[in-house]
Amino acid sequence: MSLRRLFAVVLRQFYLIRGSLARLLPIFAWVLVDVVLWGFLARYLNSVSGSGFSFTGTLLGAVLLWDFFTRVMNGVTTAFFEDVWTHNFLNFFASPLRVSEYVAGLIVASTATSAIGLAGMLALARLAFGFSFAAYGALFVPFLLVLFLFGIAMGTAATAMVLRLGPASEWLVWPIPALVAPFAGVFYPLSVLPRWMRAVARVLPPAYVFEGLRALLLGGKVPPHALAAGAALAAVDLLLSAWLFAAVYRSAVRSGLLMRYSAESVS
Amino acid sequence: MEAILSVSGLRKEYDGAAAVDGISFAVRPGEIVGLLGPNGAGKTTTIGMILGVLAPSAGEIRAVPRERASFAAVYAPLPGNLTVAENLRVFGLLYGVRGLSARIEELLVRFDLGRFRDVKAGLLSSGEQSRLGLAKAMLNEPSLLLLDEPTASLDPATARDVRAQIKDYAARGAAGVLWTSHNMAEVAEVCARVLFLSRGRILLEGDPRELPARHGKRDLEDLFVAVAREPLSL
Repeated sequence: MSLRRLFAVVLRQFYLIRGSLARLLPIFAWVLVDVVLWGFLARYLNSVSGSGFSFTGTLLGAVLLWDFFTRVMNGVTTAFFEDVWTHNFLNFFASPLRVSEYVAGLIVASTATSAIGLAGMLALARLAFGFSFAAYGALFVPFLLVLFLFGIAMGTAATAMVLRLGPASEWLVWPIPALVAPFAGVFYPLSVLPRWMRAVARVLPPAYVFEGLRALLLGGKVPPHALAAGAALAAVDLLLSAWLFAAVYRSAVRSGLLMRYSAESVS
Repeated sequence: MEAILSVSGLRKEYDGAAAVDGISFAVRPGEIVGLLGPNGAGKTTTIGMILGVLAPSAGEIRAVPRERASFAAVYAPLPGNLTVAENLRVFGLLYGVRGLSARIEELLVRFDLGRFRDVKAGLLSSGEQSRLGLAKAMLNEPSLLLLDEPTASLDPATARDVRAQIKDYAARGAAGVLWTSHNMAEVAEVCARVLFLSRGRILLEGDPRELPARHGKRDLEDLFVAVAREPLSL
């Protein structure tokens, strides 16, 4: 793998974001809206429940973590869409750039933008609602790690889908986090779900994070093997998504789809 | 002299139908070879296979490494949301160009793009975008240059300059060039040898200044029309 070529892919994304308010704003905008919305909702619920239970940690914390996952996933897909929108595949893949370097570049770019977004939303959550990931102790590190790996995996799999199905399938990508959220138990324990939804949740790494988060805030212990299972699942998902992208790319080269992607987009 | 590009028995099928049907040819250093033919003859498919973005169904391609090859095509504009200089930097990094900043400056001057340095590529006219594509293609001083209708969007004066530059570049022995064009006067001026493709096969091959007379045609354009309309008559 050439770090120089990987850097070129990241540099392209940097140039795009640097020169465009429309690209810079979404890194912060939606997560900040969520912090405000869910922060006030948590404050209201704290005031009316009278139970002493902190909704801030469960609701606002869960929203922050879910937004982080969404941001990581969309970071990969949006960077990929930039090449779809500008018909750039032919220029990139006729160059010495390898597929692994391209995907790695998308991941690095997404990591950078996600980290910036995370810092922004944490700052606002602390200033406005006094919430910090410190409430989770050292566990916020594995929580973030699992969501990060799963976000990269989902982003890579989604880009493979768009490469296979064509630019119009972009619209299938945006709702993915909203489709996963009910199964992942972002806002409620998995025990309230019907059996078939719990079965789906068992293969979703975020479900282990949010179950752990609630167990922690309710004073219980987070079983280490549960988080390890979440991390292992996320790692497997990541490997599967990388394999999927490579397989779809090879298929696109065989079938002529990669060439047609440029030619048909131009026409 | 060893060929920079050697293609042997190259074939591409789509659903059993051959888009390229067992073609063989070579390009040597310093040589500009014209790849001609009507729409759908298989020119772009051939270039795609040489570029490695399309897998052949059969045959063999032997070419210099990708770091030493390059291309420009009207259907592959550089990203319109990056500026001219940003595009050249990104692709310079991809091709491993040494002394990249100086090379970018040199190409901005050579292709008359200096005043567009900080302009988004998407805002350029089609001719300016073609010049940017050519500048990108020359970034790595390629040994193999694939040009798919490189002057299609250029005004006659700029097209003449570009032809002269590429002829000069090839004449220095620096590169072999595979050039497609529908401008037969241009082909006759630039190419030492042409390959006429029809229905995926090489129908004719030779010196563009001699081929028309050999087949009883007035000029290369008449020969092209005959290839397109009555290939069996040749």
